[in-house]
Amino acid sequence: MSRFIFTFAVYFLIWMGFTTSFDPQELIAGAVLSLIITFFSYKSFTDLGLSFLNPKRLFNIVKYMFVFIIALFKANFDVAKRVINPKLPINPGIVAYKTKLKSDTAKVFLANSITLTPGTLTVDVIGDTLYIHWIDVITKDPQKIYSEIGEQFEVILKEIFE
Amino acid sequence: MSVLTYLGYAMVTVGVIFLFLGALGIFRMPDVYNRLQAGTKATTLGALGTILGVGLLQPEWFWKTLIIAIFIAISNPISSHALARGSYKIGIKPITKEDDMDAYAGVETENEEE
Repeated sequence: MSRFIFTFAVYFLIWMGFTTSFDPQELIAGAVLSLIITFFSYKSFTDLGLSFLNPKRLFNIVKYMFVFIIALFKANFDVAKRVINPKLPINPGIVAYKTKLKSDTAKVFLANSITLTPGTLTVDVIGDTLYIHWIDVITKDPQKIYSEIGEQFEVILKEIFE
Repeated sequence: MSVLTYLGYAMVTVGVIFLFLGALGIFRMPDVYNRLQAGTKATTLGALGTILGVGLLQPEWFWKTLIIAIFIAISNPISSHALARGSYKIGIKPITKEDDMDAYAGVETENEEE
């Protein structure tokens, strides 16, 4: 039930965002549509339901967004630096990265975050191993790979999803 | 001209610059994986910048642009991941300077049934 309400709330908020009007007709149409879609998809939409909204999680989500946006800017300046440099300083390779996260949603977000951070691109996820294309392989030591690529995200994602 | 207008134009400008750098990266990089690297990151920030900038210039569109931005931030890395995985599976090997820098070689066929 809690999952149902949470899913419905998210869909309804998206509807409100797209229509941006408080006209009763719009609201009723949105509510009906959200209900129908929720009925079909709430089981796969979320595992946590309303418990997702506790203050500690929300605080970590805000923190995550800050870390993520900073990493995104760093990544772009990194790419820009490499692209503009006439020598094209790259040393690419694929490394294996062991994650400590258990939940699938958390792994999806970790893989996405890794793709958008400096010089790394997730190629595949098999079990708890992520295969990552690294534009500049500076180390092959698994522990160093862990702290260099994804530790800052894993700590926060663990708080949010587990 | 309000502060929002200036901020909007600034964000559109930054977005366009990064989109240009992304295009340059796709042109200059040597293989498909490095091209994806340049393409994904630069187009994500570029698209977020231009779309949110437009949202600030037209405040009545702001919530729509915010939702579009969230969907772009989620779907862009997923599509690049699918492209990279697909490229590897049809046999495109990444360019590396040393031989043992491809940890994915040999395991890529493990979960074929998915």
